[in-house]
Amino acid sequence: MRLKRAFRVWQRNLAVYTKLYKSSLALNFVEPVLYLAALGLGLGAFVKEINGVPYIKFIAPGIIASSSMFAATYECTYGTYVRMTYQKTFDAILSTPVCIDDLIAGELMWGATKSTLYGTIIIIVVSIFGLIDSPVVILSIPVLFISGFLFSEISMIAAATVPGIDSFNYFYTLLMTPMFLFSGIFFPLDTLPPVISKVAFFTPLYHLVNVTRSFSSGSLPFAVLDIVWIFVVAIILGPYCFRLMRKRVVK
Amino acid sequence: MTAIVTAKGLTKNYGHLRAVDGIDFEISGGEFFGFLGPNGAGKTTVMKIIHCFMPPTSGEVRVFGMDVTKSPSDIKSRIGVMPQDDNLDPDLTVFENLIVYARYFDIPRKVSSAIAWNLLEFVEMKEKADVNIRDLSGGMKRRLLLARALINEPELLILDEPTAGLDPHSRHSVWEKLSSLKSKGTTLILTTHYMEEAEKLCERVAIMDSGRIVTIGSPSRLMGIYGGNLEDVYLKLTGRPLEA
Repeated sequence: MRLKRAFRVWQRNLAVYTKLYKSSLALNFVEPVLYLAALGLGLGAFVKEINGVPYIKFIAPGIIASSSMFAATYECTYGTYVRMTYQKTFDAILSTPVCIDDLIAGELMWGATKSTLYGTIIIIVVSIFGLIDSPVVILSIPVLFISGFLFSEISMIAAATVPGIDSFNYFYTLLMTPMFLFSGIFFPLDTLPPVISKVAFFTPLYHLVNVTRSFSSGSLPFAVLDIVWIFVVAIILGPYCFRLMRKRVVK
Repeated sequence: MTAIVTAKGLTKNYGHLRAVDGIDFEISGGEFFGFLGPNGAGKTTVMKIIHCFMPPTSGEVRVFGMDVTKSPSDIKSRIGVMPQDDNLDPDLTVFENLIVYARYFDIPRKVSSAIAWNLLEFVEMKEKADVNIRDLSGGMKRRLLLARALINEPELLILDEPTAGLDPHSRHSVWEKLSSLKSKGTTLILTTHYMEEAEKLCERVAIMDSGRIVTIGSPSRLMGIYGGNLEDVYLKLTGRPLEA
């Protein structure tokens, strides 16, 4: 793998994105705001406080994490799959000095970039709404890049193994949605049967929510173990992602 | 003349299916070489191995003297590939497609911009530079794919069914471009199942059937030996018509 060639792939995705960003950026920005409004204000009128924090403030850091996650997963499931299969962009790229490992690395870099970008936009939005107490929240941004890699790897593993594009429904319904709902974004998991928080420990979003929530309230030490978890799992999954994509693309 | 591509005992399996079955061939510098045969004969697989898209199962393939499994990037930086399917970037314009592609070869923007204009002139698409890919006709897409394959000024050009699905006018237009590249000294390898294309363009053809090369030679020599046109040659050698 050569970083420079991976960067060429990243540049290609950026070139296409900058042509189309108006539509996709707006949509990705609307959905989190809807969650904040509907749940934060609507449900918040009844729930009032969780752990002494107003409900809308409780969920805001989690929405940063989930927006960042979905940006990476959409990009590296549907986006990667379309480039690989329908547009045959991968075939075109592989006819140049770029090799398959460069290509996979470039796609992951791009997924992580989008993940960081979309998370950062939500950080700005919730900060403007006055939902963040500490400027330490800025430290979430580099963590979003690492978790963005992890979410991209998971998504590309799905893209490498699905028989067709419709199969991503299973990925989202059985994996992403439960992870989103039971990651501690909307309620603390310790009120539920312990098995749920045990399962949640093995999902990346749970750890990312811990990180964004700690940083949003200005406390650093609680997040360290979660960051280590994200980092280690991203490194462990890397080789699987490369192996499965290689197998899918090069027969 | 020096050999640009050599294959010895080239075999490729897809699972249990043997797509290419121990073939040998040699292609010289400056030559216009064709792989001829019906769909499924293994032509595209051979092309994909030559341009390092996938490794052979066994046997050895060398391009510019380098092993395709060991130096893929070095080989690919010196060849151009015109694929069978349209894999242009549908969200980019004609010109942007060329510029983005040039970047994969590390061609700086200033240089690539000049090359792109020259190539658009060569394929007679200068006025289409800012047009979206979706708005191009099939013939124009093929010409743009050819222009894109030339962005790195390749010594070897690989063309997989370059005129498949084109109307006669567009086909002749592509043939004309290929002949002019040949006269500039570029080595060309194409696959086709059009007899006329092979007869008109290729100095030598390898006739393929079920993963094997049945015979190699110049179209005129083969037609002299077996009689009739290349279609008849194919029928005589394999016992069935080509367009089956």
